[in-house]
Amino acid sequence: MTVAYHRRPVLWDVDLDIPPGSLVGIVGPNGAGKSTLIKAAIDLIPKLSGRVRFHGETYARQRRLVGYVPQRESVDWEFPVTVLEVVCMGLYDKLGWFRRVTRTTKERGMAALEQVGLSEFAHRQIANLSGGQQQRTFLARALVQEADLYLMDEPFAAVDAATEQSIIELLRKIKNSGRTALVVHHDLQTVPDYFDHVLLLNTRVVAFGPTREVFTPKNLQATYGGKLTLLEQASEALSKHGSVS
Amino acid sequence: MITTQWSPFFDGWIIAVAAACAVACTLPGCFLVLRRQSMLGDALSHAVLPGIAIGFLVTGSRANWIMFAGAIIAALVTVLLTQWLGKRARVDHGAAMGVVFTTLFALGVVLIVRGADSVELDPHIVLYGALELTPLDLISIGPVAVPRAFVVLAGVVVANLLVITLLFKEFRIAAFDPELAKSLGLKPELMHALLMGMTAVTTVAAFEAVGSIIVVAMLVVPASCARLLVGNLRGMLGLAMLFALATAIFGHLVAVELPHRFGFGSVPTAGAMATVAGLLLVAVVLANPRGGVLAILRARWAFHLRTTREDLLALAWRLEERGSPTTSHDLCGQLTAVRGLSTTLTAHCLRRLCRNGLLIEEDGSMRLTSEGRHQAGSLVRSHRLWEAWLAEAAGIAPDHVHESAMRLEHVTDQRMREQLAKEAGTPGVDPHGRPIPEVDDSGSKGGKAHMRKTKK
Repeated sequence: MTVAYHRRPVLWDVDLDIPPGSLVGIVGPNGAGKSTLIKAAIDLIPKLSGRVRFHGETYARQRRLVGYVPQRESVDWEFPVTVLEVVCMGLYDKLGWFRRVTRTTKERGMAALEQVGLSEFAHRQIANLSGGQQQRTFLARALVQEADLYLMDEPFAAVDAATEQSIIELLRKIKNSGRTALVVHHDLQTVPDYFDHVLLLNTRVVAFGPTREVFTPKNLQATYGGKLTLLEQASEALSKHGSVS
Repeated sequence: MITTQWSPFFDGWIIAVAAACAVACTLPGCFLVLRRQSMLGDALSHAVLPGIAIGFLVTGSRANWIMFAGAIIAALVTVLLTQWLGKRARVDHGAAMGVVFTTLFALGVVLIVRGADSVELDPHIVLYGALELTPLDLISIGPVAVPRAFVVLAGVVVANLLVITLLFKEFRIAAFDPELAKSLGLKPELMHALLMGMTAVTTVAAFEAVGSIIVVAMLVVPASCARLLVGNLRGMLGLAMLFALATAIFGHLVAVELPHRFGFGSVPTAGAMATVAGLLLVAVVLANPRGGVLAILRARWAFHLRTTREDLLALAWRLEERGSPTTSHDLCGQLTAVRGLSTTLTAHCLRRLCRNGLLIEEDGSMRLTSEGRHQAGSLVRSHRLWEAWLAEAAGIAPDHVHESAMRLEHVTDQRMREQLAKEAGTPGVDPHGRPIPEVDDSGSKGGKAHMRKTKK
């Protein structure tokens, strides 16, 4: 697919086949089109050309299989709404138009909040949350969707240790149950730890495949255009995992 | 037709029409405020004018559906033109709106002045409305005669309430997280269009009765007040409607009674309502317990008093350390000189310390009680640990650390002290060579006195 803003392509000829049951890290420099890829996949941004299929069907037909976790800054955290209410929003489509939020919905919301360790915050206004708690609220909202494929836009950005841990646990859970996650990620050092597949993106696909094969200094160089500090970080991380000779 | 005498019929209906107008406006207003699109209400209420004017020119009467339809079309044109300008000409959304609505409004004024310059529809009424005249335009519903404006506006209130109640969760998700709404297939664009439609219909209905100024005020102000006070959407909608109601009632009371008291004739209710609404917002901003101006000032003052008391305690401790007995006069005098405070304030704080049993006066000199010594010791320990840490760990020149430590000691709890001691290498003395006192922090109730978290 190709996506453009004001006729300037930000994603060019991206052709991917994500194997089910994999955890895919999407890395690339700022402006590489990472968020755009995710948004275009679920029709939030129009595509110039190309198509996206989920198990062979369009997104409109497979909505229920896909859970989207937007960037934390994408919403107004001063909005008068409680944590539980935000989590229950993940189930609005299943409730259907005109229907009120039911007790069962709330119970599922509470269960999801428990999984991310936010039970006691359920009835607080979201304005009172820390950055990490906000991110976990979004995770809980994705959890209640019980999707097959999760698309997460920088869930690890500026979060505390507890939140990082609960995201990792969630990712493991997704993988262990044979489900898939695409995660926009910034910290190159942790890529080999978290993801079994990696997509190196810079307007076009630089490389995509199993992390051990694709996450190489050469590919990173091509992605980041020779930003040495980042590469040094990354090769150090790689050497720890023995995939570079 | 302005009365200074109260008339149950006229004043009753004026208030009822004003209330219906205010409540009708505040319902879409809440969502406009939440979506940061309050200006759109402003734009719509002005931009409908050419539609109204054309409707009026075609039919020659104010009370008809063609005029209403004209207004709705003008509102639609405003929204579409604004979006188109914003996208195509890459003009900032606010600027696009400003261009569109002022142009349309000007066109409306020209049309009215040129074509329909009559008593029934003049620019004056368009802006300020004629709320006081609404009880004259009656229609009968069964046996009772009811002002037409009230019937229209009450109908809009019911319709708005119905739409919002039915689509409450859809409106909420579309306002809070339109991307999620879209990814779930909940059509946020449709909800946005519906909100615009609601705003347009409400604006036109209300504006015909009461003029555009009050429409703008009622769309934005009660909703903004409620938003500052309430943390959930249902509560916000309810409170906004209450505020709208109160604005209508007090607005009319003020319009009729207040100028009368000073020997003037009454003023238009619409203007008074907008003023009352503005004052209400000021009151909420000042008195809001959740981060209002007064609450912040109070918290600051309380912190100021506490730091002064703590400084007095620490000063008494230091004087004891030097072995020089002190009088209450000395204590106050020294602190007043160092911190540039008023003597009255320090004397007040000193009395408070004595009352709380932290200091006692014996034979004309001040002494710390054992509880007072414990608290003061903790403060001095915090102070000197900070000095040591700032000099050692942060690399700040030793002659610059005192000022910072003076501030930091008041917000340092036991855990921070332990960490400071660890990171500064458990120093025995501060950078000025004075010993850092050991304090037994375990199980002292007084220790909590300065461990409370401070508000900003």
